[in-house]
Amino acid sequence: MSGFDETLLEEADEIVRVRFVVNGRKVACEVAPRETLVDCLRNELELTGTHAGCEMGACGACLVQLDGRAVHSCLMFAVQADGAKIETIEGLTESGVLADLQAEFHRRNALQCGFCTPGMLVNAHELLSLVAQPSREEIRDALSGNYCRCTGYEAIVDAIDAVAKARSEGGGAT
Amino acid sequence: MSAPLTSLDRPNSYIGRSVPRPNAKRLLAGRGRYVSDLRLPRMLHAAFLRSPHAHAKIVSIDTEQARALEGVHLVAIGADLAKVCTPWTGTLDHFKGMTSAPQLPLPLDRVVWAGQAVVAVVAESRAIAEDALELIEIDYEDLPVVVDIDGAREAGGPLVNPGSANNTCFRSQLDSGTVDDAFAHAAHVVEEEFSFGRHTAVTLEPRAIVADYDPSAGMLTVHHATQTPYQFQDLYSRHYGIPEARVRVIATDIGGSFGMKLHVYHEDMAVVGLSILLGHPVKYVADRIESFVSDIHARDHRVHARMALDAKGEILAMDVLDLTAIGAFSTYPRTSVVEGNQVIRLIGAPYRFKNYRATLEVIFQNKVQTSQYRAVGHPIACAVTERLVDMAAAKVGLDPFAMRAKNVIADDAYPQTSPTGYRFEALSHQACLKRLHEMMDYDRLRAEQADLRKRGVYRGIGIATFVEITNPGPAFYGVGGARISSQDGAILSLTPSGEVRCLISVTEQGQGTEAIISQIVADQLGLAQEHVKVITGDTEVTPHGGATWACRGAGIGGETALQATRALKRNILEIAALILQEQPSALDIVDGEVVDAGTRNQRMPISEIARIAYFRSDTLPPGTQAQLTVSHHFAPQGYPFAFTNGIQGCSLEVDVETGFIKVLKHFIVEDCGRVINPMLVDEQLRGGIVQGLGAALFEECRYSETGQLVNGSLADYLVPMPMEMPDIVIGHVETPTADTELGAKGVGEAGTAAASACVLNAVNDALAPFDVTINSIPITPAKILKALKRF
Repeated sequence: MSGFDETLLEEADEIVRVRFVVNGRKVACEVAPRETLVDCLRNELELTGTHAGCEMGACGACLVQLDGRAVHSCLMFAVQADGAKIETIEGLTESGVLADLQAEFHRRNALQCGFCTPGMLVNAHELLSLVAQPSREEIRDALSGNYCRCTGYEAIVDAIDAVAKARSEGGGAT
Repeated sequence: MSAPLTSLDRPNSYIGRSVPRPNAKRLLAGRGRYVSDLRLPRMLHAAFLRSPHAHAKIVSIDTEQARALEGVHLVAIGADLAKVCTPWTGTLDHFKGMTSAPQLPLPLDRVVWAGQAVVAVVAESRAIAEDALELIEIDYEDLPVVVDIDGAREAGGPLVNPGSANNTCFRSQLDSGTVDDAFAHAAHVVEEEFSFGRHTAVTLEPRAIVADYDPSAGMLTVHHATQTPYQFQDLYSRHYGIPEARVRVIATDIGGSFGMKLHVYHEDMAVVGLSILLGHPVKYVADRIESFVSDIHARDHRVHARMALDAKGEILAMDVLDLTAIGAFSTYPRTSVVEGNQVIRLIGAPYRFKNYRATLEVIFQNKVQTSQYRAVGHPIACAVTERLVDMAAAKVGLDPFAMRAKNVIADDAYPQTSPTGYRFEALSHQACLKRLHEMMDYDRLRAEQADLRKRGVYRGIGIATFVEITNPGPAFYGVGGARISSQDGAILSLTPSGEVRCLISVTEQGQGTEAIISQIVADQLGLAQEHVKVITGDTEVTPHGGATWACRGAGIGGETALQATRALKRNILEIAALILQEQPSALDIVDGEVVDAGTRNQRMPISEIARIAYFRSDTLPPGTQAQLTVSHHFAPQGYPFAFTNGIQGCSLEVDVETGFIKVLKHFIVEDCGRVINPMLVDEQLRGGIVQGLGAALFEECRYSETGQLVNGSLADYLVPMPMEMPDIVIGHVETPTADTELGAKGVGEAGTAAASACVLNAVNDALAPFDVTINSIPITPAKILKALKRF
């Protein structure tokens, strides 16, 4: 073999061991430094609920909870998340913290193809944890980084609004 | 006092009921099974090297270094794939004189748009495949680029396909009535030239495919994010020479499609070929930039139109020229001509006039292909018509509602044939107009507008009447030689436990196909909906059919399910009658129980009939063979299309200092015939309207003078986001089609059809005090400021 750019090969070959707590479980992954968190979650950990839509932080499909905050997993390298606590849609579903939001989304058909939905839920969950009773305007504002091509957004706003009201009346989720 | 009982209060009455989609729970839990999620054993990944030039000769390709990279399994150029794949040509026979060059997965010697895939690499990961792309050297020789419509039409100008006489793909003319005479005698004429930018579907899940060829079985399995699995089964079979029964296309969860995912794409065809060459599963998922440069775009029309009217404001005639630029090829197998063809046939559709002339010219250019995308041609036809109607109303001195009330085809005047040859069974423009007027509180909106205008706040109100093509019959594609089915099929089984499994050819992309099919089956059979399992999107399992496009899922797929269910019910009751020593006609099914038809007294559960038929057939009379699986197909007959109609209204505010437009509220009244699930219809309307609002206000694929797409990312190409979108008020009028038992027409494109027209009219209404007009889509702040001479 001749004419190779050897540095390219070395970069591609480099592997870093990273450890996270994902959905309450300690996991270790061997990743290339260039691998994004979303690719690591989807490919290494097979948590395919987190989606890649634009890979530049514009669409919100890849939102996950990292150390308690919603972050774009497409804008982070997996190595940057070393040591972090990550919750994906799968873990949030299992823990039940989203159950009322999911039920309300279902009841109002606040999703169609469902590809944006995990990111929407992660964002809605964070919004309601920060603002107990957001106005419709505030909900729309908070979702302004979540792209949905199917629904027209209104049902999503309705669902979040309804959950906010129910939580404040009923004293919390589930 | 309780409300009177309605038909919805019957047990198992699901048609007309807003029930949630059973399959949506999976998606909410992050358990969707999208093609992009799929991983198969021994699976490899494809990436494509794309042309940086809009038009160039390929002089040489050096792939040596890429082939040598560790982890690379195959580097394929055009000639490699041409050995296994036959070329395709995007023409249809009934578009007389239409031309388009043959296409292959990868080009042999010339690239025709910037972003065209030229070389494929298959490697152990996408990252390695992309590394290898960087090691490929292609030597190009620039050729002259055809970018805009005028340049493409210039005699003696550069040609997209050297060797052809000109850049015309297709020309067509419609002429009915005496148009010149009508214009000569008109009291008023209004005239305008409109332009409509290119936009694209921007499905949140990009195109995704996993092709898996097993040479030992001679079997190709393709997991494909598509709306139309049967169409692709046929195409993969014919172009790769694999018997149809050995090609399986599986389309499970699809992350948005909107017409974009039913065309043949070069990369998808290539991936199938790569899997055949390697004998491995090969996966390809477009990234966002690849989507922008290689997904079909849509629209890109320039329309010159005029309308003649009498002194009272009655429309006498229309005369139209539609120029549309479609890129370097016509798409396969549906062609890129359909949109323009629908534009000239839908213009004027809601109105009562006879004199119509239209010319369509479809033009090649060095850009990616345009083709069918949600509401094919409708937004353009509607915007042209409705803007002229508003201009005419202003000239005659009529209010936009009064103008339309005077000219729409009367609700009692059907059946009607449009001057362009569409046969309308029964539409409800008058009822819809009246309803919208009330819903908008129109008079109050006008009063408020006048009030605010005095204070320097410029609000606009726009309305737009539309007709949507749905339930297409075989005359749409089949007649042109395309193997695209207008019929659908269903296989219904009563399981041994007394539940029902329904395999159906219409597919699910989130619009709720599986929900409405289970509603129809449960309703017609007399079962609880949760006892019906619907299976879609697998050519190995589900019967052949057209699947989901052009708003045919409810109208054709739903009718297929209804007829299949009635057949299964007859069979169940025949067996029940033998067991119960009754006449089948004396029995019925309610809530999974066979009952006496008259008294509703329970006789036996259908699970017991299933148990006896499957496990104790010895107890049935001699000669009895229970048929608890039925297979049924339905093809639309009667009217060639079932037309949905409606009207939209929009209230918005234009900031004349910044050019920004805020949509305050949007309204729609539509008539899609029998509504199966009102919630799902409303959500189709809302989603469709927002796609139309995106086109009206933000979305445009912008090209440089050299044919480079300059805004191919979600940061540069603006899509509607929650903050900019209004709440949408919806009203329904129901005029079921008599062509089917179900009576349903389509509704998926109604929202998109008229949204642009509505916004265009509203913006022009807002700008009326300034005596300036807007005639191009999208209506960006820059265009507003330019019109106001402030930019």
